[in-house]
Amino acid sequence: MSEPIPIVNYLVLGEEPHLVSHECRNCKARFFGRRNACANCYGTEFEQVEVATTGELRSFTIVAFAAPGVEVPFVSGIIDCGGTSVNANIINTKPDPEHVSLGMKVQLATYSLGTDADGVEAIGFGFEPVEAA
Amino acid sequence: MSKQDEVWILGINMTKFGKYPDRDIVDLGAEAIQAALKDAGVTMDDIGILAAGNLMGAGGIGQMLQKQVGQTGIPVYNVANACATGATALRTAVMAIKAGECDYGLAVGVEKLAGAGLLAGANRAEENDTWTPEGRFGAVVPVDGRIGTATMPGVFAQIGMEYGHKYGGADFELFAKISEKNHSHSTLNPLAAYNKEMSLEQIMNDMMIAYPNTRPMCSANCDGAAAAVVVNGATLKTLSLEQQRRAVKISASILTTDPWQEACQVLPDVNTLTRNAAKTAYEKAGVGPEDLDLVELHDCFATAELVHYDNLMLCEEGGAVDFFNSGATWRTGRMPVNVSGGLQSKGHPIAATGIANIWEVCQHLRDECGNRQIAGAKVGLAHVIGLGSACGIHILEKSAA
Repeated sequence: MSEPIPIVNYLVLGEEPHLVSHECRNCKARFFGRRNACANCYGTEFEQVEVATTGELRSFTIVAFAAPGVEVPFVSGIIDCGGTSVNANIINTKPDPEHVSLGMKVQLATYSLGTDADGVEAIGFGFEPVEAA
Repeated sequence: MSKQDEVWILGINMTKFGKYPDRDIVDLGAEAIQAALKDAGVTMDDIGILAAGNLMGAGGIGQMLQKQVGQTGIPVYNVANACATGATALRTAVMAIKAGECDYGLAVGVEKLAGAGLLAGANRAEENDTWTPEGRFGAVVPVDGRIGTATMPGVFAQIGMEYGHKYGGADFELFAKISEKNHSHSTLNPLAAYNKEMSLEQIMNDMMIAYPNTRPMCSANCDGAAAAVVVNGATLKTLSLEQQRRAVKISASILTTDPWQEACQVLPDVNTLTRNAAKTAYEKAGVGPEDLDLVELHDCFATAELVHYDNLMLCEEGGAVDFFNSGATWRTGRMPVNVSGGLQSKGHPIAATGIANIWEVCQHLRDECGNRQIAGAKVGLAHVIGLGSACGIHILEKSAA
């Protein structure tokens, strides 16, 4: 059976799925996409670092109207993951202002996007509320 | 500053914003240009440079417009800078004059956007049979809607909500009240695409686009054009007293882009570049926010207007909610904002917006704004922002002549 494939190249699958980022060796600025030089200090050396899998919801919107083919409603959020800002959907909770709130604690979660003609499964990610213990 | 270094708006015009099913961008742009030339009291013979903006068309709008209004062989700069395109066109003409290349310049922005629907960052393409990583992030499916939102209402909703998280007090109702203000203001503007008063209840109960932005809280897609003739100070002195009296001084013409910030790769930072542009503009003009009699700012969404009160330093840092709740930004308040109705009600034909907001300020400074005149207006500020990002700010002053 083929290995599953991540939705984007900065999602690393496995036992503990997590996001990775290119970090500038000089100023520590982080970029999900590859950079020719650091946008902050123009340094050209980067290393791949893991991004924290838990964070705090710093902003969100509940999208009710989107381009054709995009399922609505969904929650788009900006999550502060230990100092690295991440954009992701807030999943595994109802998409309404009663269930999603600014400052809520969230954690990375993955889900299946389905299987292609070759039997390969693609895996997406979002952030879900951390259940109160 | 010597008279030679000064740049003035000699003539300016905006078309009525709205739906023009039978007219194209060339018709609309030509109308604005001819009216601006007439307003200035000059002809195409006088103009030494044309800067033209249009975002959604096929390109080359400047030359297309010359063929309608006068092909004099002058240099044309076709500019594109997202929603800051109009301001960029004007600034291009200003720079040519400051560089001493010509005495008169012309800037125009035109757009056909009626019925364009939702403006998204990227539309969803057909999906493959097998997962194939594509693009800079190796995405196997289109990510809009799966990894956040690429739509403008959603992006700007997050920008407003982020401000709320940082400083508190910004909820759905607060944002809707901002929209209520601009829709109310537009009832006095015959050139606005929409002139309807909307109650807070109507706004909040309208179709939700991206919480907390409902449809009337989003900029109105429409058609329109605006154009301006600029002249240097020395040449202005040679013109009629009436031209000198009606001329409006460009005390600052500033364009910035977004400097790197930690989160800007996931949410555009519209704050830092606006604040930077505002600081520079106030410094260049030698005025402060307290000197402004009116402000036209880029309320592409109700959630955006709130953050720009702060970014333009109309209030103390973090104080935008209290500032709005004080009533300051209503046309009867101490700092009227978007008395034209703003992008939410006047409308937002993208490339025209950055000149149309300057037209609005000029009309008040010339005391020619009819029943929506802000009495005694002497200094005004016009602001636009284009995602990506670019920010244009112009500070305008009434002529002393």
